[in-house]
Order: sequence, then structure tokens, then C-alpha cells
Amino acid sequence: MSEQLKVPTMAEMMAEGKQPEILFWVGSAGSYDDRAKKITRAFVKILNKANVNFAVLGTEESNTGDVAKRAGNEFLFQMQAVMNIEVLNGYEVKRIVTCDPHSYNCIKNEYPGLGGNYEVIHHTQFIKELISSGRLTLEGNTYKGKRITFHDPCYLGRGNGVYDAPRDVLKKTNATLVEMKRHKSTALCCGAGGAQMFKDAEPGDKEVNVLRTEDALETQPQIIATGCPYCNTMMTDGVKFKEKESEIKVLDIAELIADA
Amino acid sequence: MEYLPNIIFAIFLIAGIGYFAKNVKKLIRNIKLGHKVDASDHTSERWKNVVNIALGQSKMVKRPVSGFLHVIVYVGFVIINIEVLEIIIDGIFGTHRIGLSILPESVYGFLIGSFEILALLVLVSVIIFWIRRNVIKIRRFIGSDLKGWPKSDGNIILYFEVVLMILFLVMNATDTSFQNMEAGNVVSQFIAPWFEGLSAGTLFTIERTAWWLHIVGILVFLNYLYFSKHLHILLAFPNVYYGKVVPKGKFNNLGAVTAEVKLMMDPDADPYAAPAETAEDEVPAKFGASDVMDLSQVQLLNAYTCTECGRCTSECPANLTGKKLSPRKIMMDTRDRLEEVGKNIDANNGEFKDDGKQLLGDYITNEELWACTTCNACVEACPVSIDPLSIIMDMRRYLVMEQSAAPMELNNMMTNIENNGAPWPYNQMDRLNWKDE
Ligand code: SF4
Ligand code: SF4
Repeated sequence: MSEQLKVPTMAEMMAEGKQPEILFWVGSAGSYDDRAKKITRAFVKILNKANVNFAVLGTEESNTGDVAKRAGNEFLFQMQAVMNIEVLNGYEVKRIVTCDPHSYNCIKNEYPGLGGNYEVIHHTQFIKELISSGRLTLEGNTYKGKRITFHDPCYLGRGNGVYDAPRDVLKKTNATLVEMKRHKSTALCCGAGGAQMFKDAEPGDKEVNVLRTEDALETQPQIIATGCPYCNTMMTDGVKFKEKESEIKVLDIAELIADA
Repeated sequence: MEYLPNIIFAIFLIAGIGYFAKNVKKLIRNIKLGHKVDASDHTSERWKNVVNIALGQSKMVKRPVSGFLHVIVYVGFVIINIEVLEIIIDGIFGTHRIGLSILPESVYGFLIGSFEILALLVLVSVIIFWIRRNVIKIRRFIGSDLKGWPKSDGNIILYFEVVLMILFLVMNATDTSFQNMEAGNVVSQFIAPWFEGLSAGTLFTIERTAWWLHIVGILVFLNYLYFSKHLHILLAFPNVYYGKVVPKGKFNNLGAVTAEVKLMMDPDADPYAAPAETAEDEVPAKFGASDVMDLSQVQLLNAYTCTECGRCTSECPANLTGKKLSPRKIMMDTRDRLEEVGKNIDANNGEFKDDGKQLLGDYITNEELWACTTCNACVEACPVSIDPLSIIMDMRRYLVMEQSAAPMELNNMMTNIENNGAPWPYNQMDRLNWKDE
């Protein structure tokens, strides 16, 4: 990937006396995880294409503390939150977009009680906004007729009731959207939430991501679409476990739209 | 002697209601062992939930078969119990079918007629419920957390309903004057022929027996509730009112932690002044929960309300993949422990005496707690707005903040966040490297 991306930081913007329209919260996975970094780059490609005046915190961003909170470490969570809020408020940030439903949920719902009040939106909601306002147009027919199934991230769907935005965006690609038996409010977790991503699973007879991948395979998809970097990893592993990686791709909605 | 039946009736009634009231008082005392929660927000949404979820059973019907049958039993049971009002008045004053002397025959007939139809529908539904539990063995009714008492409890209540409904219909069928009235005996007219040929005296005896058994049965039922998952008949309403009204993904921020974090982050804060301000009743003895007293009153109410239906567990990703975690068991354990603590208080003149046990460890294991993905599927599935996840989270908080007992990998992850602001051991300065890769 050599394509040059325009990624201004808040510090640079500030130095020029400018305020971006929106802050892109990259999140820890999006910053460091090799697979998630591709999602981050794809989303920035979309932002560049739509001429969105955005900025990132860059090295001033720190972990939201979400995963520490779900693990039970309220101290660490609040320390992280207070630190991040200080930076965000310092830059007078009003609007935040992120590709990570965990950061989305945490900043939107749990930061206000600690002094951080922002409008937080998920990248699928933002992409939908860009398309419907005409700022982003999908050129090709890359996905025309392709069977795509969408896996609802727990913290976007059940956690915050966002079920339609990702589906609306997918429909714009002219793909055939197929639903799994368990979807929207009854969607099955991918297995990564609640800090499970960072530890081995408890003894059982199956891995959660394998069960969820089986749900997806039932719809005979060509693409499994995700909206969360952790879900993406889990489903990718699941597809590999089922030895289907040559037929089925697991892609984030940002990646799908960047190539549409 | 002519008032003997009236007196016996009154004694039954007072004893039945009195014992029930005593248990209700105990229930309230036990719930108050938890800490208070402020639920003065979102009032209109709370009432809306009561109407839709509790009264309207909107979540029950997400599973159409059991939901539909449950609505019949619920509506039937509630409405038929209007009849109890008449029974009580008749019992105390020695009247017979007092309703007939108040209402026109046609209205009375219409009322009793609808009760009879409902009774029949309830009977059929209850039998289907029994078959689902005992013959078809639906997965959520045979889970390992539903052995012993909870399993019998589920069936006992079904037998209860069958007996009560049959008594009601027999009582009407053997009431000669009611049958002769030919209004309202929609169902019982088909039962009446079974008793044909019996003398008027025998018929009268059967009718009276059915009448007495019916009212005694209802009083027993009322008192059985406290010991059963059927408390939800009453508690579903307050429980739904106090249910979660913020997005499911939003977890509460611990206020006591906020106070300490502020102190640590603010270099100007006077370390000696602050605790005095917050010391009043803000700071709890411990962070998180290891026993029922550490939970909130809403969480304890949740435990008493749980219907043990297992809808939560049947949607739980951990449970579906063979892990030990079952959100239903979390609720049942909480109730069992709360009952144990209540009995301990009763036995020790109103004071809890340390029994060397607690909810964490003696009832719920660390293994169960760490299997949760915090996915909220259980919360979404619960037909009476119970939040098993909040209890799991409070116990994790205790494990991590009081005992440092997180799995090793999680400790590593947290150390990384502390040191370099990411769950992995990467350098903070490399956070933007993705842009040029
Ligand atoms: S939140 Fe936890 S207990 Fe509830 S369904 Fe999900 S994994 Fe199971
Ligand atoms: S918590 Fe709710 S869903 Fe789970 S068993 Fe109890 S009543 Fe049923």
C-alpha cells in the first residue's frame, strides 16, 4: 500500500488556526493491529475522496479504557478516560467518528459522566451521511449481485440500537444482502467482547467465533461484512478454521466502500 | 353453629393473607439489603416499559408459541380471579352467588361465561406447557441449572393451575340453579352431564367441596409464590419499571473511583481535605461486589423476579459453546444466596452473622464470570427486563480491583494500557505509523 493518504493531526490543525469538521478516533486496534490498520486506511481513503476536513489525534490519542472497564478495572478505565477527555476538550472537539464500536460506545455513553460530551458517530453512519448528502459517490459496480451478509457488532447493534446504517450503506453497492438467522437484536456475538479478545476462552466445546462463522456460512455468502476491527479478526479466523478463505472474504464496510 | 362456615372461612382468609403479608415484608427487607439506586430519571419511558413489556408482554411474544400461550394463561388467570371477589363475599356473608343479586342475569351470565371459556383455554395452554417441559424437553428447560427444586417448581405451578381451573368448572357444573339459569354455563354445561343421576344432596356436597377447595387453593397459591419463580406475577411490574433505560452498551461509572481518580489527576487537590467531603456515605467498603449486600436493590429485585425461563441462557454465546456461564444461573444463585442471608438474619434477631460464605466463590465461580463477552444478548432476551450482565460486571470489578485476580493475559493487557496507552506492548510514538505503511 503505497497510496499517499492525507492524515492531518489536531496539533497541525491547531498550529494553522483551523478546526476540522470531525475528529477521526482511530482506536488502539486501528492504530496497531495489522488487519485493522487496513480498515483505518480504507476509511481515510473514503474521507479523502469525499474531501472531508478531518483530523486525528495521532500520538496524543490513548486507549479509551473501554477494554479495561469490561475487564473490571474501573480505575484504569477512568484514568484513561480523564486523560483523553482532557486532550479532546483542549482541542474543543465536538464531533467524533470511529471505526470501532467499542470506542464509539465508550466515548458516547461513558465519557459524558466524566466530563466528555461529544457527538459520536460510527463510521458506517458517517459513510451513509456522505453518500446521502452527495459528497461521496460510488462509481463502479464491484459488488453488483455479490452475496453479502452483515455481522452486527454487539456494541453497535444491541448496545446502541444501530442496525440500519451499515445495511443501508451495503445496499448502495448493489450487492445482494442476505441476513443470518440470528441478526440485528438477536445477533450472536463474535466472541471478542468483554476483554475476551485478549485472553483464551474458558473451557467449552466450541469457540464462539466458529459458531458465528457457521451462522454466516449458512447464508452462502461471498463476502462477510463487518463493522468492528475485533469482529473482523474473529470472523477471519472463523473462516480460516472452516477452510473457506479462498471462497469467502471478510471485509469491513469501510473496505467495501473504498473499493466500490 | 350456623355461622361456623363463615368463621372458618374468615380464619382461612386471614391466615392466608396474613402469612403472605409476612413474606412480602421479608422480601422487601431482603431487597433493601442492597444499596439504593436513583431511578427518578426517564419517568415516562419507565411507565411506557411497564405498559408494553410487563402488561403488554411485548418481549414474551418474540417467541410466538410460548408467548401466545403465556398471554392466555396470564390474561385468563387475572380475569378469572375477579370471580374470587365473589367467592370471598359469599364466604364471609354466607351468601350464594352474590353477583346475581347485584347484576342482571344476562350480565352475570356473560361474565361467568367468559371466565369459563378462559378457564378452558388456560387448561389447554397449561397442558401444552407441561408437554414442552416434560415430553418435548426444550433445551432451555433441561439445563444443568434447572435441576431439583427449580424443575419441580415449574411443574407444580402447572398442576396447581390445572386443579384450580377444574375446580372452577366443576363448581359451576354441579350448581343446579346456575345450570338451570342457562346463562354463563358455556363450558360447564358439557361437564354437568357427568354428574347426572346424582341426588340433589350429593350434587350440593360436590359443589360446596369444589367451592372450598377452589378458594383454599388460591390462598395456598398466593403463599406458594414467595417460594417460587412465580413471584414474577407480582414483581414483573416494579422490576420492569426499574429496568435499564439507557443504551444497553452503557455501563455505570463507579462514583467512588471517580473521586479517587480526580484526586490522583489533580495536582492542586488537597489530599487530606477531599476524603472528608466524600466520606459521608459515598465511598463503599469495597469496589465491586462479592456478596448480595454489595449489589443494588434493583439487582436484588431482578433476582426475585427471574422466571427461570432460560431465554437469556439460550441466547448466551458462552453457554451455547459449552462454557459454564449461564445468565439464568447467575440470577438464581443471587436469589438463593439472598434467601440464605435473609434466613440468617431471621435466626439472629435481625442481624446478619457472618456465615463464612458469599455469592462469589460459594455460588458463582470465577470461571463463569470470565466467560462473559458482555454482549448483552441475555439482557435483550429477558422478557421482564432483568440485567444479569450488571451482576457479572460488578463481580469482575471485585475480582480485579479488590483481589487482583484477573486472568494473567488480562493483567498483561492492562499493564500495557497503563504503560503505553494500548492493550499491546507497542510504543505510543508509533500510533500514527499506519498512515505511511
Ligand atoms: S452478556 Fe455475558 S452472560 Fe449475557 S449473554 Fe452475553 S456472554 Fe452471556
Ligand atoms: S433472567 Fe430473564 S430471561 Fe433469564 S431466566 Fe430469568 S426471567 Fe428468563
